[in-house]
Amino acid sequence: MVPLNAYLILAAIIFAIGLIGFMTRRSIIMMLLCIELMLNAVNITLISLSHYMQDFMGQVIALLIIANAGAGMATGLALLINAYRLKKTVKIDLFRNLRG
Amino acid sequence: MSIPILFFAYFAIASIVLSLIVVTRKNYIHAVLWTLLLFVHISGIYLFLNAEFFAMIQMIVYAGAILVMLIFVIMLLNVKHEDHLSDLSSLSIPKVFFVFCALGILVLALQASYLNTTGKFSIDFVNTFSDAKLLGQVFYSEANLPLIIMGVVLFVPMIAAIVLAGKRSDE
Repeated sequence: MVPLNAYLILAAIIFAIGLIGFMTRRSIIMMLLCIELMLNAVNITLISLSHYMQDFMGQVIALLIIANAGAGMATGLALLINAYRLKKTVKIDLFRNLRG
Repeated sequence: MSIPILFFAYFAIASIVLSLIVVTRKNYIHAVLWTLLLFVHISGIYLFLNAEFFAMIQMIVYAGAILVMLIFVIMLLNVKHEDHLSDLSSLSIPKVFFVFCALGILVLALQASYLNTTGKFSIDFVNTFSDAKLLGQVFYSEANLPLIIMGVVLFVPMIAAIVLAGKRSDE
């Protein structure tokens, strides 16, 4: 039996890699991919806790997160298409005028 | 060292290595394809946790829909990989240290939140029915509010995507 800590630490490491990637990569496509990485790490945490606590509410929330990931990806890609039409680039640094 | 621990070790190490590869790729298509492999391994981890439904959903929704949508947009826009990976050099040791410290605290908090209780859904109970069947029962009885919220969450971005990426009438 694999202990719960192994799953939690695995999820934390994947989340950290996704977070570091999100902070350092400067293209919108890679940032979206890193968001997906982080959401997957959260899903691993929720499902492992759901398994070890023998409660299905964790899986319900994990399914909610998958729906959220799909929704976020669709909206993000629509915004990406619009941004690319405007500036012909996907580098986030060139959209500094969005800062207001 | 038993067989399940060996399998888990393989999937865990492969997931970590693959996520590192994903983050450092220069070519977007390569990054997406490595992510596909990563999601296959994560669905293997879900199988360890008796969540067969989630292993399936991970393959169908993530690998089948979301990544294909991403590849479709990359090919539609014909984006060249203009990343020179110089942005990764902005990564400093204190930043990485801070992130891992914060996550260590998070792991400790999650461990503290773990109650050693035996709920209704024990492994034998899940095995006599199936995972998907029980999840459906939970969704339509006690967790019906998340189901409705999920419907709204999936409905709004559909409109958003059509409005944002659709054809402009003034052009």
